[in-house]
Amino acid sequence: MPTRILIPTPLRGYADQQEVVEAEGATVGELLANMTARYGSLRKHLYNEDGKLRSFVAIYVNDDDIRFLEREATPVKDGDTVSIIPSVAGGAGRRA
Amino acid sequence: MLTLTAGADRGIRRHGRETYPYECCGALIGSGERVVEALALPNAAEKEARRRFRVRPTDYLAAERRASELGAGLLGFYHSHPDHPARPSRYDLEHAWPGFAYVIVAVDRGEPAALTSWRLREDRSAFDEEAVTVAAEGGAVKRTGETPCPPGF
Ligand SMILES: [Zn+2]
Repeated sequence: MPTRILIPTPLRGYADQQEVVEAEGATVGELLANMTARYGSLRKHLYNEDGKLRSFVAIYVNDDDIRFLEREATPVKDGDTVSIIPSVAGGAGRRA
Repeated sequence: MLTLTAGADRGIRRHGRETYPYECCGALIGSGERVVEALALPNAAEKEARRRFRVRPTDYLAAERRASELGAGLLGFYHSHPDHPARPSRYDLEHAWPGFAYVIVAVDRGEPAALTSWRLREDRSAFDEEAVTVAAEGGAVKRTGETPCPPGF
């Protein structure tokens, strides 16, 4: 059964403008691999050159950050929702 | 060009005044290039919140949900620069996403001042400033916050 993946606004342009895509996989890693096989240009926004998930992107399974679960080995089951969340940060910069 | 409703403009400025000398942040919700709601969010920067802001992932999701509820979109984010010009820093650039509007309000000694908006270039090399207009309640439009100099850090 496919799992729903929520695509954040700034990445929808790389997923045919969809808010939600569905993909198959038993773990978060499999799910994202299957999704990026379909939407190839999403790949460079999710992974760095070493094939690791970028630190500016968080992946949640329901309400939990996979960094505090089993990262990409985190299992997904029927009815779970996976969210891709861009890290939003900034500020005035270094102390003057 | 970004258009803010008068309420959104007031909301951003008020938030900047309330959190001074710390930075405030929030989401810009609307359609096309028109912001109809400025959704205040907590600043989750663990330290240096006078110079930094961070939106928690769960608050990011709440902003996306709020946009859907309004039948609108998430157009970008705003934050304040306490006692600092309303121009993006190198740190802002490193954390920016394409397609979003980044509104910055300078808060000088506690009082909201210049308000600007910026968009990341596709190659991530810099921000480009865009004009900001505020749609007054009566429907007239006033211009605000444009700075004459080119983007810099
Ligand atoms: Zn900033």
